[in-house]
Amino acid sequence: MDITEIDKATLINLYSVISRIRKVQLRIEELYHQDNMKTPVHLCLGQEAIAATICENLTKQDYVFSNHRGHGHYLAKGGDLNAMIAELHCKETGCSKGRGGSMHLIDLSVGLMGSSSIVSGGIPLAVGVAFSSACKKDGLISVVFFGDAASEEGVLHESMNFAAVKKLPVLFVCENNFYSVFSHQTTRQLVTDITARPKAFGIPTYKADGRDVIDAYLKSKQAIEVVRGGQGPAFIECKAYRWRGHAGAGDELKDKYRKLDEWDEWMNCCPLQKYETLLLDNNILTDKIIDTVNSQIDVEINKAFDFANESPLPRKDELEKYLYG
Amino acid sequence: MPWTKFLIDKTEPGFDEHADQEDRKLTFSEAMREGLDQSLARDENVYVMGQGVDDPSGMFGITVDLHKQYGSERVFDTPLSENGLTGIAVGSAIAGMRPVYLHNRPDFLMLAMDQIINHAAKWSYMFGGQSTVPLVIMAVIGRGWGSAAQHSQSLHGLFMHIPGLRLVMPSTAYDAKGLLTASIADNNPVIFIMHRWLFKHSSFVPEELYSIPLGKGVVRRKGKDVTIVAISYMVIEAMRAAEELEKDGYDVEIIDSRTLLPLDEEIILDSIKKTGRLIVADTDWVTAGASAEISAMVADKGFEYLKMPIKRVGWPNSHVPGSYVLEEAFYPGVDDIVSSVKEIVK
Ligand SMILES: Cc1ncc(C[n+]2csc(CCOP(=O)(O)OP(=O)(O)O)c2C)c(N)n1
Ligand SMILES: [Mg+2]
Repeated sequence: MDITEIDKATLINLYSVISRIRKVQLRIEELYHQDNMKTPVHLCLGQEAIAATICENLTKQDYVFSNHRGHGHYLAKGGDLNAMIAELHCKETGCSKGRGGSMHLIDLSVGLMGSSSIVSGGIPLAVGVAFSSACKKDGLISVVFFGDAASEEGVLHESMNFAAVKKLPVLFVCENNFYSVFSHQTTRQLVTDITARPKAFGIPTYKADGRDVIDAYLKSKQAIEVVRGGQGPAFIECKAYRWRGHAGAGDELKDKYRKLDEWDEWMNCCPLQKYETLLLDNNILTDKIIDTVNSQIDVEINKAFDFANESPLPRKDELEKYLYG
Repeated sequence: MPWTKFLIDKTEPGFDEHADQEDRKLTFSEAMREGLDQSLARDENVYVMGQGVDDPSGMFGITVDLHKQYGSERVFDTPLSENGLTGIAVGSAIAGMRPVYLHNRPDFLMLAMDQIINHAAKWSYMFGGQSTVPLVIMAVIGRGWGSAAQHSQSLHGLFMHIPGLRLVMPSTAYDAKGLLTASIADNNPVIFIMHRWLFKHSSFVPEELYSIPLGKGVVRRKGKDVTIVAISYMVIEAMRAAEELEKDGYDVEIIDSRTLLPLDEEIILDSIKKTGRLIVADTDWVTAGASAEISAMVADKGFEYLKMPIKRVGWPNSHVPGSYVLEEAFYPGVDDIVSSVKEIVK
């Protein structure tokens, strides 16, 4: 895979998206202990490049369904940062009006259709949206992000079969971070190559390394071209490491469940650092541009937290509001 | 999951039905663990599975290190395949095993409803009692810290609707262990639902294995003015409400239903004979839920004893909200019980 296959503007944009996700995650983690974000957060540190590279290949109108670990998906699709941080603070100005919290992000204005905290819950919904696109012939595609453990649920298999039979424009994105809470993939799955599943349904598959932005971008591009070309669904398995515990800040019990050699290998390879070096080496970025990009992100994050802190809480007498549409 | 840590520390002190026996107190989760341990030791057909049962946190402490004691054949982690694994558990139960299948949340049981309702609950009946399903399915109700709509449901009302199931909801450590033993020993599918906020509550727990019969409620507090039938965590809220009400001269009787299928109708009716008033306090929606069923049962079989309309304290007609301010508005508690009592006891 070669960096020259990607234009400069895309490369720079990817850098800024990944860095932004990273910085937002780190800020949330840093402030989480203050208990102002009373919501269970599932950080995507280490996995940022997956959401970024997939979404870089989508249009604003294309659809995305997310899951419990959804901050990166939301931001990469262009979701409003203020509304996300406000949602984490349980405020009325949050993207789900404080009714959902961290696991239920939505921004319909950019095609971020919602996120389910039931593992695998979003998968058939994305296929349904693709079905609707096929009916309406609107040319849009639908993407669903899910984890390695979601591939154990029957509903993924049912959804893949239907999508394949009907040639629906849906991309299945499996983020394999090796873990489901504390359980390693190898204790849950005999065949750890997750792409073996979609293959059985006749779905074209791709594998990407979530530490390697160029690889992930180009593989995503290929997969999305297939889906957009009307050939039916595609499936991409992206590997990346979950840098933190399943939920909350840090990873207190890490020594009790992590495989140490794996930890060393994956933690020592930061997708952002690696990409930054690559861009510097290729004279795509300079230290100065990097500083500018990152300080802009910091300003934006500060503003988002200010916005969230200053926003009103939902009103108690509006508990039942939104129950019906 | 880390956020639940906040809840552990927030859990209010409970009460101890054997307060005189100072010697051996266990928390709810310790009692559950001890019960599982002893059941595994007693019967080699018992096995324990579920997402995370062998992880360092051991399902909120209930299963911690059991896999080290009994090996990974008998205590094991499962893939996330709730419906399939429920069916597999049912199949093994049909063949004589006694599976205990643990889930973090009742919400996740919704993926397994086909196997629970269409298969497990009906198996004995459909085949004229020739084949039985001795299976225990456990789940822990979440609450607070923005657990929100998909991680806080109780849902026992759904299960109470289904013939052929047992439905168990303990509120003390003592009951947890005793009802667990009875559930594992029972030849039918048992849905065993615990409330996360009970886990730090401790009470006297005998060391030996003992069993509390399914279908026997217990009077937690004697009184003559009003009967409160409380379910699961609402027992704690009702006990606190009773203490407060006592200061104002109200004499409250509290019945812990312990199990909902079967329901101890007798203990409820006997109490209403005396008090003439009923409040049902539940950790679920009131609409068509356990509180509705208990109220209907009393209207049906105890109408002549009632001096005032029945009151229900349970969830409003809304999903569990994410925001903590809305959580406060959503969850009923001591205040709601107190005002309900004052409304019907004059
Ligand atoms: C149906 C269902 N079962 C169990 C859970 C509890 N749970 C929440 S996230 C999670 C781990 C999922 O792992 P994976 O799909 O690999 O996603 P990751 O957390 O690694 O991003 C589990 C078991 C759930 N939310 N839904
Ligand atoms: Mg995972």
